[in-house]
Amino acid sequence: MPRPGFVHHVDRSTPPTLFWRGEGFSLERLPADRSRIIYAPEPLPAIDDIDGSIRHALEHPIDDDPLSSKMFPGMKLTIAFDDVSLPLPKMRRPDIRQRIIEAVLDTAAAAGVDDVHIIAALALHRRMTEAELRHAVGDRVYDAFAPRGLLYQHDAEDPDALAYLGTTPHGEEVEINKRAAESDLLVYVNINLVAMDGGWKSTATGLASYRSLRHHHNVHTMQHSRSFMDQHRSELHKSNWRMGKVLVDSGVKVFQIETTLNTDTFPQPFDFLSKREWEWSARDRAAFVASSKSLARTPVRLARKIFHSIEAPHQMTSVQAGAVEAVHRVTTEHVYRQQLVEVQGQTDILTMGIPYICPYNVHSIMNPILVMCTGLGYFFNLYRNKPLVREGGVIIMTHPTLPDFHPVHHPSYIDFYEQVLSQTTDPKEVEKYERRFAEDDWYRHLYRTSYAYHGVHPFYMWYWGSHAMQHAGRVIIVGGDTAAVRRLGFTPASTMSDAFELASDVVGRSPTITHLHTPPLMVADVS
Amino acid sequence: MARDDRPNTGAASLRRLTRAVAPAERIATTVGRLAGSRGFPYRAPTIPVGVEVPKEASRLGADFDTDFARRAPAKAARSVITNGPVRLMVKALADPQIFGVDRLDDLARREEPPPLIFAPNHHSHLDTPLMTVAVPEPWRSSLVVAAAADYFFTSRVKGTAAALALNAFPIDREVTSRASSDRIRALVDDGWSLVIYPEGGRSPDGWGQAWKGGAAYLSSRTGAPVVPVFIDGTGAIYGKGSKRPRPGRTRVVFGHPLTPLEGESTRRFSARIEAAVAQLADESAHDFWTARRNAARGATPSLTGPDVTGWRRQWALSEQRRSSQAGLRRRQKRRWPRLD
Repeated sequence: MPRPGFVHHVDRSTPPTLFWRGEGFSLERLPADRSRIIYAPEPLPAIDDIDGSIRHALEHPIDDDPLSSKMFPGMKLTIAFDDVSLPLPKMRRPDIRQRIIEAVLDTAAAAGVDDVHIIAALALHRRMTEAELRHAVGDRVYDAFAPRGLLYQHDAEDPDALAYLGTTPHGEEVEINKRAAESDLLVYVNINLVAMDGGWKSTATGLASYRSLRHHHNVHTMQHSRSFMDQHRSELHKSNWRMGKVLVDSGVKVFQIETTLNTDTFPQPFDFLSKREWEWSARDRAAFVASSKSLARTPVRLARKIFHSIEAPHQMTSVQAGAVEAVHRVTTEHVYRQQLVEVQGQTDILTMGIPYICPYNVHSIMNPILVMCTGLGYFFNLYRNKPLVREGGVIIMTHPTLPDFHPVHHPSYIDFYEQVLSQTTDPKEVEKYERRFAEDDWYRHLYRTSYAYHGVHPFYMWYWGSHAMQHAGRVIIVGGDTAAVRRLGFTPASTMSDAFELASDVVGRSPTITHLHTPPLMVADVS
Repeated sequence: MARDDRPNTGAASLRRLTRAVAPAERIATTVGRLAGSRGFPYRAPTIPVGVEVPKEASRLGADFDTDFARRAPAKAARSVITNGPVRLMVKALADPQIFGVDRLDDLARREEPPPLIFAPNHHSHLDTPLMTVAVPEPWRSSLVVAAAADYFFTSRVKGTAAALALNAFPIDREVTSRASSDRIRALVDDGWSLVIYPEGGRSPDGWGQAWKGGAAYLSSRTGAPVVPVFIDGTGAIYGKGSKRPRPGRTRVVFGHPLTPLEGESTRRFSARIEAAVAQLADESAHDFWTARRNAARGATPSLTGPDVTGWRRQWALSEQRRSSQAGLRRRQKRRWPRLD
């Protein structure tokens, strides 16, 4: 039986704690008697018969008719699936999307459906490479559909491939992929790594255009989503749900398939990264020493390559299909069952180690903007009810924060870093530059024809962190490149002790400290 | 020195050799004389008139004892043979592309992966070495091959070589005897996985043959799932009747493991396995989606080829091989002159 999440109160006997530092990690000693460490729940057992469960879900959907009864000869069927940003790290083959798409295609074949398109729902993310597509949908599906042009990636900048469906009562325009909108059935294959994923966000965000996305990817929405992981208090969630209603009213028929994964994040010999330090075996300690010492002497490019080649052993814990909202309710329960940890009270200082990966740098570089987004956008928001850190508290992150950018994946990030962040780091001020980047023809060209994130994407990353920036009194990055950290508007520190010293200006001499021991992912239910 | 004065070295050597073997010859002659004079038990017994000596039970064919091949020394030797010469030979002759291994992933992920029965189509002697290379771990290292008793186990040398190199054990082609099935059940209980060719032998004409129920029967007796496997290309490289192999490419496609359904007869289960292999063949020839649609329409091309005889059958085969992605690397040259 897997153990639930655990809050450990640090005393003198507590061993040093693991902190991620990008493509490396270190052990740090937290002050006794006023520090606590939050450990994620252990991975729930995976479903034994995964393929059987998928087929059962398709034929016994929630609040909807069986998938087979929705298919008929001559119909237009579109299957959309989540892109390379999920799951993290990428899962071992066969990917869950492959299993589901094959099951859906089996049903379609049995019903005599000929007209099938498969679309990677990547919104404004970069296009996936052939290897990434093959990993996600499997060789069989790729070889059957890609050569005929029937497996392709959503293009949010192709006016001929978009359909405008109307506006919400709040004036939000809804524009999504035309093929998906005009199909007799849109089957969306989703991976819910966190509670924020899935639901109407799948279609209303994954298949949308900039015209539509700008209505919820903005500073106001992000600052009023408290947090993204709590549907009832997330403006982002509400906006997507309003757009979902427009989709339904426009006659878009969506059959939603959502899956949840357990938190079995790292394969051997890196499984010690998920363990509680006092439970490390001799082998774990040897693995830590060997890997941390050798990584310190490894060129960064090689270290990145090694880490991005990691395939997580995580497996499916649930699959449900049917009507979007009903399905998402069940999915969210499963996500919480795996990730929720009860935590009492807020803290003065929240510490977090930033790992080598986030949703936007798969097979790429974690640039300073993504470091900010991972720490303040994602990890800070891993809460329900109240943020882990009190208002005016300090957030301490550990990451090298090198000013390195992937020139193919993140071209607009480079200009954002040089041209916008050099002027201001205030999200509201930053927002004023958005349109220039969003409508830049060169970025648009790179997004459509290369493997670049959309021109507006670095702005969205900055907005993700806007709630945390507004909430925290100071943000400190330990071990980061001094100039890059300052460019982000944060305070650099060389050691954890220095960081605590710098934090004392804001939170006093004896602050309480909470360390978020993630990954694996968790959500702190703060009372 | 004059030519005639040189010593005759050949005759001298012969004399020295004769002197050296003389004592051994003397001992052998003495022993032979003693044995001849003393008789039984130094000589074979004479058979009384009117008595019929029962023939010693044959240790060849289906009774060939291959237990030695599954002991540690033979396993170590086989590991060297399989990972060395066999792998190289397969790569050089058959250059295999392997698909569908992910379909076995759920079983491989279990703490104790169950033994499996691999049921491929059969066109060539290359199929078995190919399978020993293509089958994924953890099953590859514990793989036994059911080989025709009347072909591979007709002499001790042949049988020992097959058992040692391929971990083969004898099985009757036509009917799986109770003794054979008991032996296989014991092997499966011990954790060994099995390769069995349900067609019973290599294809005589390049098309598949009618499937026998061996794999289905063994699955229902042992509880081991059957993995349908389609092998493409080995027939063109070294089919039945070929004088020598001609290097080419092959494709091995693994299907989803199958188990007998509640109340399903062996015959029906065998037909299901055959249909699964035919769908894999369709998938290999076209793609997954085409194969699934053909299967749903009941239009999956048969493994046994068109229902015609004579040259039309061969004609269809050459057409099928021409469009296949596996087979000979170099196409055969035209054997007749151009007349235009």
